[in-house]
Amino acid sequence: MEMKETHPIDDLIRTDRIPHIWCSGCGIGIAVHCFLNAIRKSGIPPKNFAVVSGIGCSGRVAGYVKLDSFHTTHGRPIPFAVGLKLANDRLKVVVFSGDGDLIAIGGNHFIHAARRNVDITVICVNNFNYGMTGGQAAPTTPVRARTSTTPYGNFEFPFNLAYLAAGSGAVYVSRWTTLHAKQLEDSMLEALGKKGFTFVEAISPCPTLYNRMNKLGTALDFMKFCKEHSVIRHGADPKTANIDLRGDIVVGRFVNVERPTFTDFLEEGLAQGLPHRKALLDEERKEFEHE
Amino acid sequence: MKAEKSILSGKHFFQGDTACAEGGIYAGCRFFGGYPITPATEVAERMAERLPAIGGIYIQMEDEIASMCAVLGAAWGGRKSMTSTSGPGFSLMMENFGLGIMTETPCVLVNVQRAGPSTGLPTAVGQGDMMQARWGSHGVYEVIALCPSSPQEAFNLTVRAFNLSEKYRLPVLVMMDEVVGHMTEKVVIPEPGELEVVPRRESRVAPDAYLPFKPDADLVPPMVRAGQGYHIHVTGLTHDERGYPVITKEAQEKLVRRLCDKIRVNRKDILSWEEREAENADVLVVAYGITARIAMLPIQMARKKGLKVGLFRLITAWPFPEERLRKLAGTVGGVVVPEINYGQMVFEVERCVAGKAPVRLVSHMGGSTHRPEDILNAIMDVAKNK
Ligand code: SF4
Repeated sequence: MEMKETHPIDDLIRTDRIPHIWCSGCGIGIAVHCFLNAIRKSGIPPKNFAVVSGIGCSGRVAGYVKLDSFHTTHGRPIPFAVGLKLANDRLKVVVFSGDGDLIAIGGNHFIHAARRNVDITVICVNNFNYGMTGGQAAPTTPVRARTSTTPYGNFEFPFNLAYLAAGSGAVYVSRWTTLHAKQLEDSMLEALGKKGFTFVEAISPCPTLYNRMNKLGTALDFMKFCKEHSVIRHGADPKTANIDLRGDIVVGRFVNVERPTFTDFLEEGLAQGLPHRKALLDEERKEFEHE
Repeated sequence: MKAEKSILSGKHFFQGDTACAEGGIYAGCRFFGGYPITPATEVAERMAERLPAIGGIYIQMEDEIASMCAVLGAAWGGRKSMTSTSGPGFSLMMENFGLGIMTETPCVLVNVQRAGPSTGLPTAVGQGDMMQARWGSHGVYEVIALCPSSPQEAFNLTVRAFNLSEKYRLPVLVMMDEVVGHMTEKVVIPEPGELEVVPRRESRVAPDAYLPFKPDADLVPPMVRAGQGYHIHVTGLTHDERGYPVITKEAQEKLVRRLCDKIRVNRKDILSWEEREAENADVLVVAYGITARIAMLPIQMARKKGLKVGLFRLITAWPFPEERLRKLAGTVGGVVVPEINYGQMVFEVERCVAGKAPVRLVSHMGGSTHRPEDILNAIMDVAKNK
């Protein structure tokens, strides 16, 4: 009898696009697995999800998930997602991308979407360098680290993404490493269930480039490092939640606060001056649902 | 909302920018993402006032890059969407204008041209973005760009821009200029239903059988939006009919040729221009936007001097009405092309005239419209030396 091998999350994966492009040992796959499990557990119908990615290794996530998925330009998944979400409020819009995409070229979009508290979830795989283009320095690259464009070491100070997100207005901010698959998944589930700009950072090895160039060993070595040097501090001030790849990585859920979303605040405000608007929106929603 | 109630049918006294916004609303636009920039700000201001009142969304984004992206996202969310900009903002939008071309996303981008390069003359007219409209994003593609000459036409052509964007699935450009944008004139908004409004080209195929980039006979694929259960993938990478990335020269050939051909093959449906006594003219003036109106005075002055002078006004700059101009070229004594730049559309004119008649550019670096006598002198000169 022929056995057909299936995986429990196959129905959320474009299996016709497998094998994927990611290197063995890369953490992106773990983050995607956590994400798809979280979607399952969320109880939100898959047809309501839209995933938007930018460019880079993590930017390829949109191409592998069997959901409405948009692979946009470098740095631009967030403003695209903002348009998508505002045009159709019933969608659960998730931006899944990397640190270079979201924080370097896309940094301006990141802080403004957080400031507005647009109701989207942003998942950022942070592997401290640009993987797709061959391991160049990123705004997350630790000081003194080697990359292909910092052959003498990196002498710029990196962003602390959790602190940046919190300072910009995100209502939910967490950080885990890809070792913490269970916590990462739970955190994604929490973020998906919360209204407003929610941010999950997944610290990930890039064994092919960053970890190799910085003599951090194999992917397995990095997992061991994460096990031994991760310090869980829920509720920690993100300002003090450091990532030291030669010391400790502070992980946990740092921020979980309430603030009206862009849409809720806007509609509340518009309702004062435009009392007929609500009826218009209801009418439109009905039209969308009819199909 | 019922479209009827949102349309301000009747006579108005509007500037071109306002007329553009009202044209968008007539065509069903319900999302505007923009960023303030002179002289296009009034389009955004009008939308900020009008869209919330008719159930639409206005958002001021953090820059023009984000504005263009948000407009694309909103289109995939199911709304007709538009943005407006000028000068440096147009440059910033070029990146994701290209994404819109590649992903076949219907939307409208209004450029109220000012004088450049760089910050240039923010409050004064230019027509220096005509080639940028054609080639400003990287790669191989075709565009549709419309040039209104009056506030009334700004209204009508914005409606048409939406219709073309839905019909051919691409971002369509309205290439206005500062004078038309800021000039206030009578604008008549027709009753709902009087002007054609093209709806989204929706797919009726079931999700299992649907291929998001499989074109119909006219080379344009029908569309679905996010949230309908089709699990579409949309990418700026070269892709196949499933929408999946395929990084081969064969996939590139097939996709990019179709993206260009859907405009080239359907050009007769898209092309639009106006002629006034153009055939057998001693001198034919080819112009667009405000310059076409300015040219009417020197044309009349030359006619008084006994010359037969015609006007060929571009309404679609892109695609360029080359067949017609080629035909006319054989019947006229000479051609004069005034434009507020140092020669852009004149290259297209020269290509079509192909040496059959002398072609004279009347250039102007911007900041104002042409002096009528400069155009008149060129007309007389060409007539004399033909
Ligand atoms: S280059 Fe690095 S980030 Fe990219 S797939 Fe390979 S391991 Fe992962």
